[in-house]
Amino acid sequence: MSQAIKKEVPLTLEVFTAGIWKDNPVFVMMLGLCPVLAVTNSVINSLAMGIASIFVLVCSNALVSLLRNFIPRQVRITTYIIIIATFVTLVDYMIQAISLDLYNRLGAFIQLIVVNCLILGRAEAYASKNGVLKSVVSALGMGLGFTLALVMLGGVRELLGAGQLLGYQIFSTQFEPWVVMILPPGGFIVLGCWLLLINYIEQRKTAKLVTMEAASHCTVKQ
Amino acid sequence: MSTPENEVPELPSSTKLITTLGLVAMISGLLVVIVYEFTKPIIAENQRLATERAIFKVLPKANSRLTFQVSATGFTLSDDKANGPLIYAGYDAQLNLVGIALNSAAQGYQDTIKLLYGYQPSTGCITGFDVLKSTETPGFGTKITTDTKFLANFNCLEAKVNSEQTALAQKIKTVRHGTKSQAWEIDAISGSTITSNAIGRMLNQSGQDLHPIIMQNLEYLKKAKE
Repeated sequence: MSQAIKKEVPLTLEVFTAGIWKDNPVFVMMLGLCPVLAVTNSVINSLAMGIASIFVLVCSNALVSLLRNFIPRQVRITTYIIIIATFVTLVDYMIQAISLDLYNRLGAFIQLIVVNCLILGRAEAYASKNGVLKSVVSALGMGLGFTLALVMLGGVRELLGAGQLLGYQIFSTQFEPWVVMILPPGGFIVLGCWLLLINYIEQRKTAKLVTMEAASHCTVKQ
Repeated sequence: MSTPENEVPELPSSTKLITTLGLVAMISGLLVVIVYEFTKPIIAENQRLATERAIFKVLPKANSRLTFQVSATGFTLSDDKANGPLIYAGYDAQLNLVGIALNSAAQGYQDTIKLLYGYQPSTGCITGFDVLKSTETPGFGTKITTDTKFLANFNCLEAKVNSEQTALAQKIKTVRHGTKSQAWEIDAISGSTITSNAIGRMLNQSGQDLHPIIMQNLEYLKKAKE
């Protein structure tokens, strides 16, 4: 009987770092790609969307985790959506209060965080099964990983598409901007390039580990 | 005898489901109302400041302003919170009318672009604009605020009203880059044609709708501050 009870994994640094690299929501899990492709035409937009997503992710995961034993399975998705929509509405008001200009630039994508599958996915797969602290730490890691991916895409697209970074001119005026990078196809191209590079690095790392293991195995045999 | 694996879990009662949803909705409503009430005055102030900044940018000679609501009979003195189309009249230190700021909007490349532009009834010229809302492509559509050749269109873009005061004498339109030949034409930005066209369309629409009413009520607007 005691074997059937699954032991809860303790809170480790791995819970936090997994979302940033190993289980990055964009580059590994490919979640929430709609805002990733839509708002990453500049670094500032990417950063703002990332911070808004972190806020919603952390707060909704905390509340879902806190109420997890109280919410019946039959109404869990409805409840999660209500919780997520609440925090999206809060972040919507807060961005309007902080900067109207930023709010106007992000358009409808702030409201669309409600349907970001990363947030609902983390609520269902993690927060509903773990304690508040672990859920918050994991959400923070995932949010930072999501923001990192947005900024990585936004940086390349703004640099090649407008010759600028954070609004500052980087390339000389003689540089002819690559129009396609700012347009929707640019989002797919840059995402594809980043995935190619990250998978290449991961494969090389794995191959190196296999070689090292094989070498140590041979040494032991001798 | 059934094993624990094939036991059907007991379904919660409807009361429990309703209570759960009701409680979560109540927490949600409470949070939304608290944040809404807290941010409401800040957002209103931000909007007021943005409008104020835009008005004095497009009417640089103005020291003070009045807001008017457009009605069927002309204009009625109003405040910034009034619903419906608004215009802003700018006055100098001697209370002379120095220009009118008007709102306009049109569909751009990504989303609706909203502008506030300055109109001089004395010369019939549009003399500048400020972007209130734009999600145009950075580096391209956003050039409407930085491209000096494009901004030169607004040194005096002709938007005179016809002799009957019913419409613009000439339709404002955007033409291909480098082909502008008339004072009422806007020279487009090469590579940002959709955004440039949107500017032409919105100014023409607003001009056709509001400039005749402004000219019909010009004396009222001039004396409103006195």
